[in-house]
Amino acid sequence: MANNNIITAENVRLYYGKHEALHGIDLDFPEKQITALIGPSGSGKSTFLRSLNRMNDLIPDVTVTGTIRLDGSDIYSPQTDTVELRKRVGMVFQQPNPFPFSVYENVTYGLRLAGVKDKKLLDQRVEESLKLAAVWDETKDHLKDNALSFSGGQQQRICIARVLAVKPEIILLDEPTSALDPVSSAKVEDSLLAIKNQYTIAIVTHNMQQASRISDRTAFFLNGKLIEVDNTANIFLNPKQQETSDYLNGKFG
Amino acid sequence: MDAVKTELMKKSKASRQDQRGKLISLFCIFLIMLVVLSILYMITSKGLATFFENKMSFTDFFTKKVWNPSAKPQPLVGALPMIVGSFGVTVLSAILAAPFAIATAVFMTDISGKRGQAILQPVIELLVGIPSVVYGFIGLTVVVPFTRAVFGGTGFGILSGTFVLFVMVLPTVTSMYVDSLKAVPRFYREASLALGATRWQTIYKVIIRASIPGLLTAIIFGMARAFGEALAVQMVIGNASILPQDLVSPASTLTSVLTTGIGNTVLGTLPNNALWSLALVLLLMSLVFNLLTRFIGKKGAF
Repeated sequence: MANNNIITAENVRLYYGKHEALHGIDLDFPEKQITALIGPSGSGKSTFLRSLNRMNDLIPDVTVTGTIRLDGSDIYSPQTDTVELRKRVGMVFQQPNPFPFSVYENVTYGLRLAGVKDKKLLDQRVEESLKLAAVWDETKDHLKDNALSFSGGQQQRICIARVLAVKPEIILLDEPTSALDPVSSAKVEDSLLAIKNQYTIAIVTHNMQQASRISDRTAFFLNGKLIEVDNTANIFLNPKQQETSDYLNGKFG
Repeated sequence: MDAVKTELMKKSKASRQDQRGKLISLFCIFLIMLVVLSILYMITSKGLATFFENKMSFTDFFTKKVWNPSAKPQPLVGALPMIVGSFGVTVLSAILAAPFAIATAVFMTDISGKRGQAILQPVIELLVGIPSVVYGFIGLTVVVPFTRAVFGGTGFGILSGTFVLFVMVLPTVTSMYVDSLKAVPRFYREASLALGATRWQTIYKVIIRASIPGLLTAIIFGMARAFGEALAVQMVIGNASILPQDLVSPASTLTSVLTTGIGNTVLGTLPNNALWSLALVLLLMSLVFNLLTRFIGKKGAF
């Protein structure tokens, strides 16, 4: 198991200015598994997720210490090209955020950036990605329509397709279903389960049932610390830490 | 019980205040509407008098090239040179200003961060506030000789007008475009960067594209300003009512003919009415610009 960890984080501390928001996180992500990050708001799970593709770099005054390795190489070393990193580590955000362009242009955006011009390949990737994201049936006749004309749930799946089209190795999802209704959420979950044998997935969620339904491993965050990480079944059925058990039973929050 | 009832039925102090406030604002609106309508009526009736009272030809006005309303026996009111001149300086200055405005606005919102904006914002506001006569004066002493030296001719002409207007509309277009760039949601930037785009790719493939309606609105506002600008243009364009053959020979615009001619005519005569016709064209054009921005604003809302 230890050998096929694609991301290993060691003693990750993150500061907003002088304030330490993450207090030394050690967490590994096994290849082709879904890891769920759960915990109350402000526990640092989203912050940690965003440090995995260096999205926190966009916020002024953020410093990260410790090491995060992707396939053995430190992503915070000065040699790391964040553009390359983000091609390998895709991200889906809390709010569906398709560009105000057509569905087709949204899904091909990353490929075009990479210089792909072959129309056939683009068409093929669009179909493939939209199918994987379980939104092909709703969009196949409307590929030229503005992506914003679709419902929130469809938009979020278009965003997932947009990430899938670039074929990243890892997909980070930051509460991807919190803005969606249960039916749309279920569809997004289905598409995550459908792609998990090809991708390594890390998902931040407030929905504990969702974590238990789709993830292989679950990590529980509290106040900027990683309290416990284990197989999802173990976390939910017999957590080792008192805090985890309290949180799952709704004793605080 | 009855006491309560009468108390409730009586108008309270607050509701009387409400009514008084409503009356005052209605009165003000009525007054403004009256002023606007009278202006519209005056310009329209005077402007049309050229054609109905003085029996000048409507088509001649827009197609003939000689402007001499006081000529005897046959006055000539061909406004084509001024119309061409006005559109010439407007369109050229807008074309020239657009790339600079885009670059400045993008620099302020997406590249320089807070510090750059703290410096540039007041500079741009200052440029808006400089009176047009000052721009014209600078144009006369700097731009005209410069144009003469570099492009030949007398220096007076559409090109000099374009340069002066370029500086005058640039801040307008820039500050309006900055607002619409700021309205582009942050999450478009994040989404693009997370897909492996560079900052530059994000700017031109997503941010500028998403803000195109705002950009067009800003440019049209700039054009409206350029089209209506009188003093500064009049000082550098040369004021010759002949159809411009090139950009460096003296020309005129609707506004420059108006400002130079308005003191030399007698109210109610053809030369005066003809100037009103020019004013009517200006009015209609500003209406068109206005409608255009509304149309774009409606289409491009995101």
